[in-house]
Amino acid sequence: MINFETPNSIKDMVTMVQSVAENMMRPVSRYYDDQEHEVPWDYINFMHNALKQMEGVGGPNDSSGEAPKIQYQRLAVMIEILSWGDTGLYLSTPVGLLGAAAVRATGTDEQKKRFLSRILADKPVIDAMAMTEAHAGSEMPAQTRTTAVLDGDEWVLNGEKIFVTGGHKALVDTDGFVVVWATIDPSAGRAGVRPFVVEAGTPGCKVTKLEKKLGIRASDTASIVFQDCRIPFDNILGNPEIKQKTTKGFKGAMATFDASRPFVAASALGIARAALEFLKDKLAEENIEIRYGLSRALLTNMESEIIDMEVMLRSAWLLTLKSVWMMDEGIANTTEASMAKIRAGDVVVKITQKTLELLGPLGYSKEHLPEKWFRDAKINDLYEGTGQINRLIVARRILGYSRHELS
Amino acid sequence: MMLIDSVRRFAENELRPMAHDADENRELPAQLVEKGWQLGIVQASIPEQYGGFGERSAVTGVLAAEELAWGDLAAAIAIMTPGLYVLPILLGGTEKQKESLISTAIGSNWKPFVSAIIEPQFDFSPLKMQTTAIRTDQGYTLQGKKVMVPFAEKAESFLVFANLDETLQAFVISPENKGLKIGEREALLGIQALPTFELSLNAVSVPFEARIGGEDGFDAQNIISASNVAIAALGVGLSRAAYEFALDYAKEREAFGGPIAQKQSIAFMLAEMATEIEAIRLMVWEAAWMLDNSKDAFQAAYLALTGASDMAMMVTDRAVQILGGHGYIRDYPVERWMRNGRGIPNFLGMAIV
Repeated sequence: MINFETPNSIKDMVTMVQSVAENMMRPVSRYYDDQEHEVPWDYINFMHNALKQMEGVGGPNDSSGEAPKIQYQRLAVMIEILSWGDTGLYLSTPVGLLGAAAVRATGTDEQKKRFLSRILADKPVIDAMAMTEAHAGSEMPAQTRTTAVLDGDEWVLNGEKIFVTGGHKALVDTDGFVVVWATIDPSAGRAGVRPFVVEAGTPGCKVTKLEKKLGIRASDTASIVFQDCRIPFDNILGNPEIKQKTTKGFKGAMATFDASRPFVAASALGIARAALEFLKDKLAEENIEIRYGLSRALLTNMESEIIDMEVMLRSAWLLTLKSVWMMDEGIANTTEASMAKIRAGDVVVKITQKTLELLGPLGYSKEHLPEKWFRDAKINDLYEGTGQINRLIVARRILGYSRHELS
Repeated sequence: MMLIDSVRRFAENELRPMAHDADENRELPAQLVEKGWQLGIVQASIPEQYGGFGERSAVTGVLAAEELAWGDLAAAIAIMTPGLYVLPILLGGTEKQKESLISTAIGSNWKPFVSAIIEPQFDFSPLKMQTTAIRTDQGYTLQGKKVMVPFAEKAESFLVFANLDETLQAFVISPENKGLKIGEREALLGIQALPTFELSLNAVSVPFEARIGGEDGFDAQNIISASNVAIAALGVGLSRAAYEFALDYAKEREAFGGPIAQKQSIAFMLAEMATEIEAIRLMVWEAAWMLDNSKDAFQAAYLALTGASDMAMMVTDRAVQILGGHGYIRDYPVERWMRNGRGIPNFLGMAIV
């Protein structure tokens, strides 16, 4: 029944990934933060080869769309460690990120095979997902204005998407793809929304802007304009029910979030662990020991803060593991995914803020990485659903309320 | 898991309905503790050869503790009281001590075999006990003061924890021992249905064989860890009770034309309470699982209780807040859970799994 043992398949991977994080990521972490928008090819190429040797994150047959499926717990552990190395670089890993998550959550077997098999092909590819538009963030995809109109055997896309994580790498730097949420019936609200795959090189699709950000600077955040952008009919993900007004597309978006939020949580906690370890290492250098087992009345403030951060970190990590364990077991995890995201988002922000405070001038200096982690941390409370949206989701679930009853 | 199901039913059908009056009257119905004992939570963690019918499992223990505390914390501690006497003996006693001490304490009826651990200092920690044991020619002499000792007045035997040469050790002491003085029943902020007492030890002499583990004593770290997770599990149970009550209330109570649960200020509080409980429960389970699998659980168990202490206060305080003025009224249970919840960090040494 209750078992917290790490599976051997994960234990074996941990050492290798940790070595990548230490040797391939940390040494260039500062450089790519300074050189915003420079593509980290060394890291991308290295990871592409490494992942090919591992046959992807799910082990053999990962990309076939058939069993054995991706091992989500393994992926979460990997992401936590890579994010410990550098979150911006992790977001540039050619491993199958948000676009792949959308394909997995909504695509047919044939589509999974077609699009996911590229991940382990000869050249590295980045995938992305385009959902947010300038006028609406958390209200997406219901407020989608980007349109998809069927013309013969092609879809014609028009509109603009913003905040596409890795959009430039997916469409310009590599031969990747972007999953675009567009409406086939603007009058139908969320019932008209469908996911479409737009591949790099497709005419009429153009990256128009790269955002300058607080953190995760090694990862590009792109605006993409679609102007009479034509894609093949069967690039609409899932079995096309274009005649009917169903909420299948919307549900697919929600399923994508269920599948992606635990990994945002995992990534967040990698940063949190990095910060806490840095702080503890600094204290150890000064021979300051953290005493466990004492009542708070006996602890120094430093000890008390660190112990509280350890509670935050561990409890959030266990929630994250539970939410991915449920995915592996095929159990619906909407509530748990949002809980993990809420807590990890809170925890990484608090831990990085607190770490900087406790490190004093060391924390504020660009000579060390914690100030970067402080900037990187905050994105986890924003993307893939802000902390507030995830609270709304959990609240609806526990109260048994619809979106009309609680908004 | 059948055990946990029956504990859950017992908590719902027996503990919950009496909790209010028991707290007001400062008395647990005797039948109730007996009935709780018959569930066999403690007995199931003791092997047959020592009078039980199972095997020690901290995981099972925390699951049961959570359910009991969901029903009522005072009753939960009362029912588990003999466990805090027998488990340290099972985990650290000599073969002879296990054979002679355990079975008498876990007979077919609940009996007040109790442990004395907590001391009246603001900075009490099991690792820094003020009660001392000194080795003499005849055995050991104990000196010090204990508080929050349940059922001390009627105790059939005490297991007293004391500092011996800077290590934490435990000694079996008969209530007849001269030098042992049981004080008045204590008045506490919470768990008012549980009778607790001060216990003074003034040059209490015990023979060598009174020391658990004999000449070499025992390693108290596992005992402390097992108490940390037990109290943390109790905290999870009472927090869950407060959260569920507040959630139901928020759906019923109307303000400004609809249930208050439809306001984000209330709904988000509830979402955070649910997240907090789920997160800390996993820490408790992990620490218990580590104990069962012979891993060093000291830090995990300590962190679990640290987290549970904050969780209990956060959740019970919010439950009172969600009920508003009604939360402050003793007709509703949430103020009791808030009083009980504040005790979670202080109850280390009042239960074990």
